Amino acid sequence: MATHESHKKRSGLMDWLTTVDHKKIGILYLLAGGFFFLIGGLEAVLMRIQLMEPDSKIFTGELYNQLLTMHGTTMIFLAAMPIIFGFMNAIVPLQLGARDVAFPYVNAVGFWLFFFGGLLLNLSWFLGGAPEAGWTAYAPLSTVAEDTGVDFYVLGLQIAGAGTLAGGINFLVTIINMRAPGMTFMRMPLFTWASFVTSGLILFAFPALTVGFFLLMFERVFDANFFNPDMGGNVLIWEHIFWIFGHPEVYILILPAFGIISEIVSTFSNKRLFGYSAMVFATVLIGFLGFMVWVHHMFTVGLGPVANSIFAVATMAIAIPTGVKIFNWIFTMWGGQIRFTTAMLFAVGFIPTFVMGGVTGVMLSVPAADYQYHDSYFVVAHFHYVIVGGLILGLFAGLYYWYPRMFNRVLNETLGKWNFWLFFIGFHLTFFPQHWLGLMGMPRRVYTYMSGQELDGANFVSTIGAILMGAGTIVLLINIVISASSKYATTKDPWDGRTLEWAMPVPTPEYNFAQTPLVRGLDALYVEKTAGNGEMTPAEPVGEIHMPNGSILPFILSLGMFIAGFGFIYANWIVAIAGLGLVLITMFLRSVIDDHGYHIHKEEVEADIKGGRA
Amino acid sequence: MNAGERLTDANFPAHPEKATLEGKNKFLGFWLFLGGETVLFATLFGTYLGLRNMHLDGPSGEELFSLPLVFLATMLLLTSSLTSVYAVLSLKQNKVRSLQGWFIVTLLLGLGFLGLEIYEFIHYVHEGHTFTSSAFGSSFYSLVGFHGAHVLFGILWIATLLGRNWNRGITLANAPKYYLFALYWHFVDVVWVFIFTVVYLMGKVG
Repeated sequence: MATHESHKKRSGLMDWLTTVDHKKIGILYLLAGGFFFLIGGLEAVLMRIQLMEPDSKIFTGELYNQLLTMHGTTMIFLAAMPIIFGFMNAIVPLQLGARDVAFPYVNAVGFWLFFFGGLLLNLSWFLGGAPEAGWTAYAPLSTVAEDTGVDFYVLGLQIAGAGTLAGGINFLVTIINMRAPGMTFMRMPLFTWASFVTSGLILFAFPALTVGFFLLMFERVFDANFFNPDMGGNVLIWEHIFWIFGHPEVYILILPAFGIISEIVSTFSNKRLFGYSAMVFATVLIGFLGFMVWVHHMFTVGLGPVANSIFAVATMAIAIPTGVKIFNWIFTMWGGQIRFTTAMLFAVGFIPTFVMGGVTGVMLSVPAADYQYHDSYFVVAHFHYVIVGGLILGLFAGLYYWYPRMFNRVLNETLGKWNFWLFFIGFHLTFFPQHWLGLMGMPRRVYTYMSGQELDGANFVSTIGAILMGAGTIVLLINIVISASSKYATTKDPWDGRTLEWAMPVPTPEYNFAQTPLVRGLDALYVEKTAGNGEMTPAEPVGEIHMPNGSILPFILSLGMFIAGFGFIYANWIVAIAGLGLVLITMFLRSVIDDHGYHIHKEEVEADIKGGRA
Repeated sequence: MNAGERLTDANFPAHPEKATLEGKNKFLGFWLFLGGETVLFATLFGTYLGLRNMHLDGPSGEELFSLPLVFLATMLLLTSSLTSVYAVLSLKQNKVRSLQGWFIVTLLLGLGFLGLEIYEFIHYVHEGHTFTSSAFGSSFYSLVGFHGAHVLFGILWIATLLGRNWNRGITLANAPKYYLFALYWHFVDVVWVFIFTVVYLMGKVG
């Protein structure tokens, strides 16, 4: 066999900048997402400090608006989604029994676009001020703002969004095309199913946002008139486009959390997931319905009773598949041998918390009642119950659960329990009182309130809770530092896992599976354990393994977008064209330089197997 | 077999674009990407439909649009879709020179379309219909311009692809690339059919 292969082994920083290994990209996503999570959390705590006392003057006016805009934007686009992508990268190919993702190069492009987009957005703090039009950037608030904050918002998120879309397509193709022999769709672990549906939602929701951002950018940079009523424009177009994206986005966020919880509840109850096929169906149905409910964010706009009623009914319908999931988790635990590890604590804490967010969601779906709740702290309480109480608890659970697979070490369980209780109690202290604040009329997005309106006590409690959540997060950081500095390596299967990601040694070999495994049922590893094999049966003999080469081009391409972003923000066309030129040159180079990857030879794989490394 | 190796008539697979896992992945991934592109254009169409009568003091679509010119552009683009089909047929028969010939015709027709579009835009600007003159102007140029940018990108793409593989025959590595370009080109064509209907025909009948 004549192969023209060249393979450069890179090390250190260069290895991380050029990697196309999904396991390393997963770690990059997790680190970058975690970093933005800390920034977003800091912004939240600063806001709560301002609201701790009535008539407080610490962060007022424009600065407060910047904090709230950047908190929402950062948490949604730069923290939650990248952390989800981190787990998807690290775990989905392993759960499928795949050697790699479908498009390793595109995967790297996706990460670096997100990273540079997030960097661009956050640099606004130092370059004339952050955006202040809210994470929804409603026109005309966003179109008339004089400073460059909104320009950073629109370009930073445009670049990051392109990366997300690339990642979504990559995972759809990976899941459809790269499953191991025997891994039928109805044998896929629930996290992989959730990643599949989430990727589909990304594919069909993000392009709407892409157009929205283009329109807003054209409006601000090129004086277009989409949203300017004086010139025939219509501000509602922005709201529609934003929420046509924005509501599916909510399910893009929560479905992976549902998947994580399903894995953890099943593993730590020592039971197969109750109602697996109903869980799959519910996941798909939630994804489908997620596209038909966007107007519930716009009930008070005045689209009329018919439109409002239709979207209200569609919104309420989502409670049904979600309820199916809740009951299935409870029935999975019913009669199981439950182990309360930290991951399981977060999963169990998730269930009632998310139900509370769901109940207020159904309350908000009633248009007549929504006129009362709209733009009040009741809404803030609702979506933090589903996003923090739902998604973030799910992500913490996933972190404790998959940390050994990703980093070859377990996190300390005692510190983990401190992490859970501080964060969980802090969370409820922060957001539970906000329901009442909202019902008493406290508007969201306003930097202060007056004393003597019975708002003082609940606001004070809420701030204390936010500080506890911060303390819980600091405990997690300490836990990570301790585990990183300890020499203790984990075993390959620390939780008595049921799915394929626990079937290979630690550290995970770069080719994942020395021999592609044969999947013989749902919970593939558990099937083999009960059959007395203990490990997977291979589906192929040991052979050469084809691997993709690393490349610096994804980094350079994203750098080009970053530079072009600055050009558009400051209307400097030379810089903009130079940046876009760099992007085109990178694409050209990728096209004309043949890169067929390299092979790991059979002898090396056999040596790895003998040495217990594969 | 190495994916970069020139295929012969003896070892030519029935579907060279999907004969490798990489090819299968690209094939599926690109179809999905076109699904996303559909949403992108749907959003632009929606915006245009919401704003198309907002021409203020400037000329309306009915006054501006000249159907003979647009018809000519449409014919150029539809024909280019046909020639890209011939190119893909040549691909499946391992006739690389014929593939190159048909793709060059496709490219030239695409350039002709783009030339007409640029002429049309310049004409409109002289009539007072600009990107900033009204909401109609902004939404018109965004929708039609996005399509034009797609045509331009397609031209750059096929030029690079042909140049890179000029003397390489058809391989398992480049067959999916030719095929994907043809898919893309059909998509751009379908979008134009909608633009012709929604922008120009509906613009003419009011």
